[in-house]
Amino acid sequence: MGKLIINQEKVGNIQDLISICPFGALEEKDHKLQINAACKMCNLCVKKGPKGAVVFVEDSVESIDKDQWKGIAVYADHIDGVIHPVTYELLGKARELADKVNQPVYAVMMGHHIGSQCEELLHYEADKVFVYDQEELDRFRMEPYAKVFEHFVQMIKPAVILVGATPVGRQLAPRVAAKLRTGLTADCTILDINENTDLVQIRPAFGGNIMAQILTPNHRPQMATVRYKVMNAPERKEAARGEIVQCHTAAEVLSSRVTVLDIIPKEKEQYIEASEVLIVAGRGIKKEEDLAMLEELADLLGGQVACTRPVMEAGWLDSKRQVGLSGRTVRPKLIITCGVSGSVQFAAGMNNSEQIIAINKDENAPIFKTAHYCLVGDLYEIIPDLIGRMKESRSAGISSLAAAAAR
Amino acid sequence: MNILVCIKQVPDSNKVEVDPVTGVLKRNGVESKMNPYDLYAIETALRIKEQLGGEITVMTMGPNQASGVLKEAFAMGVDHGMLISDRKFGGADVLATSYTISQGIQKTGSFDLILCGKQTTDGDTAQVGPEVAEWLEIPSLSNVSKILELKSGSMIVEMDMTHDVEIAEIQYPCLLAVEKDIYIPRLPSYVKKQETKDREIRILTIADLEDQDEMHYGLNGSPTQVQRIFPPEVNTHREVWNGDGDELTAKLLAKLKELKFA
Ligand SMILES: Cc1cc2nc3c(=O)[nH]c(=O)nc-3n(C[C@H](O)[C@H](O)[C@H](O)COP(=O)(O)OP(=O)(O)OC[C@H]3O[C@@H](n4cnc5c(N)ncnc54)[C@H](O)[C@@H]3O)c2cc1C
Ligand SMILES: Nc1ncnc2c1ncn2[C@@H]1O[C@H](COP(=O)(O)O)[C@@H](O)[C@H]1O
Repeated sequence: MGKLIINQEKVGNIQDLISICPFGALEEKDHKLQINAACKMCNLCVKKGPKGAVVFVEDSVESIDKDQWKGIAVYADHIDGVIHPVTYELLGKARELADKVNQPVYAVMMGHHIGSQCEELLHYEADKVFVYDQEELDRFRMEPYAKVFEHFVQMIKPAVILVGATPVGRQLAPRVAAKLRTGLTADCTILDINENTDLVQIRPAFGGNIMAQILTPNHRPQMATVRYKVMNAPERKEAARGEIVQCHTAAEVLSSRVTVLDIIPKEKEQYIEASEVLIVAGRGIKKEEDLAMLEELADLLGGQVACTRPVMEAGWLDSKRQVGLSGRTVRPKLIITCGVSGSVQFAAGMNNSEQIIAINKDENAPIFKTAHYCLVGDLYEIIPDLIGRMKESRSAGISSLAAAAAR
Repeated sequence: MNILVCIKQVPDSNKVEVDPVTGVLKRNGVESKMNPYDLYAIETALRIKEQLGGEITVMTMGPNQASGVLKEAFAMGVDHGMLISDRKFGGADVLATSYTISQGIQKTGSFDLILCGKQTTDGDTAQVGPEVAEWLEIPSLSNVSKILELKSGSMIVEMDMTHDVEIAEIQYPCLLAVEKDIYIPRLPSYVKKQETKDREIRILTIADLEDQDEMHYGLNGSPTQVQRIFPPEVNTHREVWNGDGDELTAKLLAKLKELKFA
């Protein structure tokens, strides 16, 4: 909280100071240094400029009582009672954070006829599950859902709220955050918590070239969204623990200016997020037909083919198969990239994969910084050969089995 | 139909890096362009206007140079432009940005429809649109992939929700965040660019807004604060394999077997 003040007499060489600002927010006017509206308050001019030239003046702010806010809450994302698995990942994370500060884990679920489904959350170590089971909440509609969310927050006062970055979560969380006049950090990749319950939120910025560590130091609740497959999925516990708390909001406040007319399930597609093995086609693949060999390899390994953005843009594969910042985040057990340079935008979507194998002709390709096994070579020499050998050893395996069975 | 489109100027390349030693941002080439996703919002506005008539205003919050994207929108056929700009807006997070935009909108007039892009390529949160709608207390829908019907008091739209397609009717005034590919954006026209060369752009500063309390804007109005920036981690377990195709294939197959994938 504060503002920047310029002490002209300490500026020295104006141009030197101007060049420090990465946002072009410093300019010279009538031989004086000025700050314009491009300022992002990054304070680099304060830190890197001549001492005292630009100073940051702190305004005192009334601080909030953080002890009034307790618990790590997770929004249970679901469609017609089918809980999105990101919810479990977030419950796992919530448990970890809650244990650090010795606070409870909550889940909040809203919908209609969700009585039995909400119990599933108790297998993932939620201490309390707050359930709003009302006709008006049958399907996700922004206004009533945001109202109910607000009701929950005012009743429970959680310190932290985690929401999955699903199509619903990505629009519900910001509306709730604005309603509560609090901060919301999108697409966090790392979450931690300080002793004073400040949530440490880390997310990629500027297209993944930079990681930013963000705090919400003087507001509660603190809100963050996390994409599916970014946090670890916890084991489902055999025994349910914790309790279900039935909640209710007055039907009058649940009106909406949106009417859901229809929900049409899309044809069952295979999601690359769900695949344990991915073979990624990059621009090193010369022509569309060559994707067939990657398909064949994927079949042999029980996986699917994914791609980089240029391959999607060429129209060779659907955008749903694109991995990366503007595509999907994946976390398979094995990923083999073929002719992928490994731009930060691509890597941002796959660098949590368990085993990363990269094939690239160029030994300096950035993908080799991300990969665990770096094959410096021509994919056209490796892939067809690999397929051949795998088939061979497979049929050998089958015939030796058959031979053993015949004995 | 009175339509407002929120657009943003973003860095043209993502060649922004952090110096790992000093922690300083390095920005090579600060060329700017319109956020590509906002072109779809503008195109959507133009299509609706072609059908129903009315006027389109584009607005952006940013430094003076950001008026470039308003001019680009004029060359696509937009009627009016508005820039919300003040040093006091610097360092705004999503809450402060959306509040500033909503204050600006309230000062500009009343709109039946507000359109936003899916997300920006620099902020990349997809949160500004829904938060603007909350400040204005109007309904909103994101992921809008088709406009199916325009009625007098409402519209019917289709949304792409990953696993299913949802069809909903929403009453005016409302805010929609549209998907890429809702319509193919037209190119700016040279003729229109010439015609609109001198068209005035309305500029709003904090002094023009209803709420002039500095504590509600920029860094002061932002609950979230960036504590530090750092380069992404690089992985430490790494094996580099060189050799001819034959050797590499053999090694790869052995590894796949060891990891129990083959
Ligand atoms: C805001 C923003 C968001 C983006 N989001 C994404 C995203 O989500 N996903 C994404 O993928 N990209 C994204 N990009 C684009 C990204 O920056 C890169 O341009 C892209 O990932 C490059 O794809 P590529 O690796 O397939 O192609 P290239 O960079 O062209 O790399 C091809 C590689 O193949 C190698 N090669 C060529 N022939 C062979 C061969 N025979 N054998 C072995 N290797 C070979 C070359 O050495 C080269 O390294 C984004 C960009 C921006 C600015
Ligand atoms: N500074 C801004 N000025 C005008 N519109 C903006 C601004 N920032 C974001 N928007 C709008 O909000 C959408 C989502 O942005 P973001 O939340 O940054 O991903 C964009 O596509 C724009 O329509």
